[in-house]
Amino acid sequence: MGNGVFFVAEQRDGALRKVSFELASTARKLADALGVEACGIICGSGVSGLAADLGKYGADKVFVVDNAALEPYTTSAHTQAVATVAKDNGAVILLLAASAQGKDLSARLVGKLATGMASDCTEVRIDGGKLVATRPMYSGKCFGEVVIAGSPQMASLRPNVFTAVESGKAGAVTSVNVAIEPGKVKVLEVVKEASGKVDVTEANVIVSGGRGMKDAAGFAVLEELAGVLGGAVGASRAAVDAGWRAQSDQVGQTGKVVSPNLYIACGISGAIQHLAGMSSSKYIVAVNKDAEAPIFARADYGIVDDLFKVVPALTAECKKLVG
Amino acid sequence: MNIVACVKQVPDTEAQIKVKADGTGIEEGGIKWVMNPYDEYGVEEALKLKEKLGGEVTVVSVGPARAMETIRTALAMGADKGIHIDDAALNNADAFTVASALCAAVKSLSCDVVFCGQRAIDDDSGQVGAILAELLGVPQVTMATKMELADNVAKVTKSIEGAQVVMEVQLPCVITTTKGLNEPRYASLPGIMKAKKKPVDVKTGADFGVSAELKAQVVKVLPPPARPPGKVLKADDTPEGKAAELAKALREEAKVI
Ligand SMILES: Cc1cc2nc3c(=O)[nH]c(=O)nc-3n(C[C@H](O)[C@H](O)[C@H](O)COP(=O)(O)OP(=O)(O)OC[C@H]3O[C@@H](n4cnc5c(N)ncnc54)[C@H](O)[C@@H]3O)c2cc1C
Ligand SMILES: Nc1ncnc2c1ncn2[C@@H]1O[C@H](COP(=O)(O)O)[C@@H](O)[C@H]1O
Repeated sequence: MGNGVFFVAEQRDGALRKVSFELASTARKLADALGVEACGIICGSGVSGLAADLGKYGADKVFVVDNAALEPYTTSAHTQAVATVAKDNGAVILLLAASAQGKDLSARLVGKLATGMASDCTEVRIDGGKLVATRPMYSGKCFGEVVIAGSPQMASLRPNVFTAVESGKAGAVTSVNVAIEPGKVKVLEVVKEASGKVDVTEANVIVSGGRGMKDAAGFAVLEELAGVLGGAVGASRAAVDAGWRAQSDQVGQTGKVVSPNLYIACGISGAIQHLAGMSSSKYIVAVNKDAEAPIFARADYGIVDDLFKVVPALTAECKKLVG
Repeated sequence: MNIVACVKQVPDTEAQIKVKADGTGIEEGGIKWVMNPYDEYGVEEALKLKEKLGGEVTVVSVGPARAMETIRTALAMGADKGIHIDDAALNNADAFTVASALCAAVKSLSCDVVFCGQRAIDDDSGQVGAILAELLGVPQVTMATKMELADNVAKVTKSIEGAQVVMEVQLPCVITTTKGLNEPRYASLPGIMKAKKKPVDVKTGADFGVSAELKAQVVKVLPPPARPPGKVLKADDTPEGKAAELAKALREEAKVI
């Protein structure tokens, strides 16, 4: 029995999600600080081939639980697999992604392992041999430093915040058999949204629109800019409630929390509930014709003008630079 | 059909949050307290189920004396009774402890569906619903945006990154709610009058055999890091000039495109 910093890699349809590499590199850092191994866990069916990539981002060991019962994802099956691997191999720290699946799984594991977790963290470090996790609270109006008394010490990491660092070496892969009891949830259907669409929580660039877009058709200018920047289109609650955008695009207190490198808010006033969802973005741009709009207080760059003139011009400029 | 909706009292979304100088928490003075917005979806869904299938809706809250207002709000919306776990030792308790207390309360009733919000907007932890499901030994669906119930099976939809997942869950179960599930009703005036007479059991942690043995502890609360002041771009005073200046800044200064 060793002890290690474990992380649960997230895969879907046989491909690792980007956040899995962020987890691997973060586990690596914590493991180095403790002088222990960084260990990945992959659960799914036909997923052994994914293990090597985790090694490249820092995992010394990768435990693969390959079992038909793990596909499609259900809370119960994945909880059994992860809890077994973590317990049997002496996980002192267990990291997951604060993604839709990771939030579901990590919280269930807290119950199963009877421990504590700092969720949706934006920073983790080792202090005095213990995990210290920093996380936004009150929708980012303040931050808390959390220590975990239970074992393993669990944390979920906000996607897009931690850096993935390629180190070039391959980790050792171990296959693990876990007997999985059937659960009481059956997945009937997974309905995919338009292919090629990037989810706002995973996008590096988000171009977001609010009531200032005037109608659903107004978003075409944002789609075009997002297309050029390889980003996703987000929306304020006003735009979603007006029926112009899908609920899954809503950013804010009652929508999604996002952390892109670049967040471009167009025709969004910057209500406190909207800021709650995007204030951890690395750079914030605001385009609004009202110079007094509160969004400017949070923006790194602001343009006071008509978005329907600015955005197409910006798209043209970006095409020149990026294209 | 017996349904439980867990409700937490939290600061209003508009509230300014001030960190105490010693970093032990936030200043509570001047805060307006409301029902956690996600819990409103849970209460609404519980009431809809009751209206369709009959039965009883119980709301449960762990919190100080003021949390009674939030229980009364749910009763005014139409819930039948409440359990208020008021115990100083459980204020600011971690998710596992709160879920343990809720678990004991739920077990004291016989219950088919438990609703929790997908997260409480004060601690933003998003854990209690799933821990509660594990402690009760029942399945969960988190972040539900759609729910239909027939013959002890719930058909529930949730959205994940880039997809919608439709699931069938056997009752009893825990469902955590998010925006999209329904439009919560407002309490009517007659509802508010009636709520005053509805029964609320006030309990302590000890009544349920729960003690606060914290597994996760917030050791320090900090104000958010200061952001450098932003720049307003004015080049040429034309939309095109400003757009060009922005593209250049994003490319050369921020290096994000
Ligand atoms: C409990 C609760 C939860 C909430 N959750 C969320 C949430 O998750 N997300 C969210 O976004 N909101 C949320 N809200 C709503 C929030 O309070 C605001 O109402 C909402 O964010 C406003 O959206 P908006 O900025 O698009 O619209 P508005 O506030 O109406 O702003 C529109 C802006 O567009 C500008 N504009 C108009 N035309 C143009 C033009 N041609 N060019 C440039 N600028 C233009 C205007 O100057 C204005 O500033 C919540 C509210 C509550 C109470
Ligand atoms: N003190 C509490 N009393 C009642 N319900 C709670 C309490 N804390 C959390 N919950 C429920 O669990 C959900 C998620 O909370 P959290 O895990 O704290 O983000 C909330 O939306 C509530 O439904």
